Amino acid sequence: MKAAEAFSLGLRAVMPILVGVVPFGVIYGVVALQSGIPALAAMAMSAIVFAGSAQFLLAQLVGVGAPLLLIAGAVGMVNLRHALYSASVAPILAHLPRRWKILLAYLLTDEAYAAAIPHILVVAPNSSRSAQAHWILFGSGFGLWAGWQLATLGGVLIGAQLPSNLDLDFALPLTFIAIVVPLIDSRARLLAAVTAGAAAVAMAAMPYKLGLFVAAMAGLVAGAAMPRRAK
Amino acid sequence: MNIWWLMLVCGAITFGIRYSFIAAEGHFQPPGWFRRLLPFVPIAALTALTAPELLLMQGEIILGAGNSRLWAGLVAIIVAAVWRNTLLTIGCGFLALFVLQRV
Repeated sequence: MKAAEAFSLGLRAVMPILVGVVPFGVIYGVVALQSGIPALAAMAMSAIVFAGSAQFLLAQLVGVGAPLLLIAGAVGMVNLRHALYSASVAPILAHLPRRWKILLAYLLTDEAYAAAIPHILVVAPNSSRSAQAHWILFGSGFGLWAGWQLATLGGVLIGAQLPSNLDLDFALPLTFIAIVVPLIDSRARLLAAVTAGAAAVAMAAMPYKLGLFVAAMAGLVAGAAMPRRAK
Repeated sequence: MNIWWLMLVCGAITFGIRYSFIAAEGHFQPPGWFRRLLPFVPIAALTALTAPELLLMQGEIILGAGNSRLWAGLVAIIVAAVWRNTLLTIGCGFLALFVLQRV
């Protein structure tokens, strides 16, 4: 596989996710303006922070006049789960120059990671080095980034007039289902999924999406703890 | 409060979290148990994101026919397990949601 093919593979993989993400970005633009954030700052936020649910929280907290330290702490907690993605792709990116690592870390979101990971597991099984894995991640990361910036622009410019009850956001869980289900090929992986899912539902009321992080950790431990024989 | 300072701080925190393990790779030797957790990251993290979307409505667990997203999600899970096709899964999930909301 050539670099351009790998990039295109990542880009195409993230397209279904954009169906759900673009309306989300438009709504972010609207919410940011309603919170008193200037249009230019709302757009710069999408470029600088580039984290969907954290940006929503940020806009809400700015709207109620929360202090900087509290907002920064909240954003950190909401994005804590991205450390798991960082650990997951780190061995695959180990051989790359620093500029690549910085670029891919900046683009490392739930959606870009989810879209790229099934393809990365094919070209780099067992976290082996691969000449193409980073191009797949760059393709999905760039696709999501471009979609998010355009959606924010749309929200800031024309947002409030768009219909918001089209159920398009359902594209996100559906795409995650399409990605996760084929990956469940052992009892340990099934246990990891069931544990993480049940824990996330049980802890959904935790503030700052911390329940997501704890639930994901519970899933990792459950999967890894299953005796090898039973796998 | 200056919105631009806030943005830079939040951007730096977010980037720092995403860069953490990527930057540390090669500079420290993670313990074996840590490496054994990593293959489960895609499954655990993405299921944690998805399950509440299907099972919860306004924070309550709803299992009945009133929760169209749960049943549409189950259709998608079956389609994904049988055909392993992303677009087919998404298409069937949306179709199921559309039908369930109208019966």
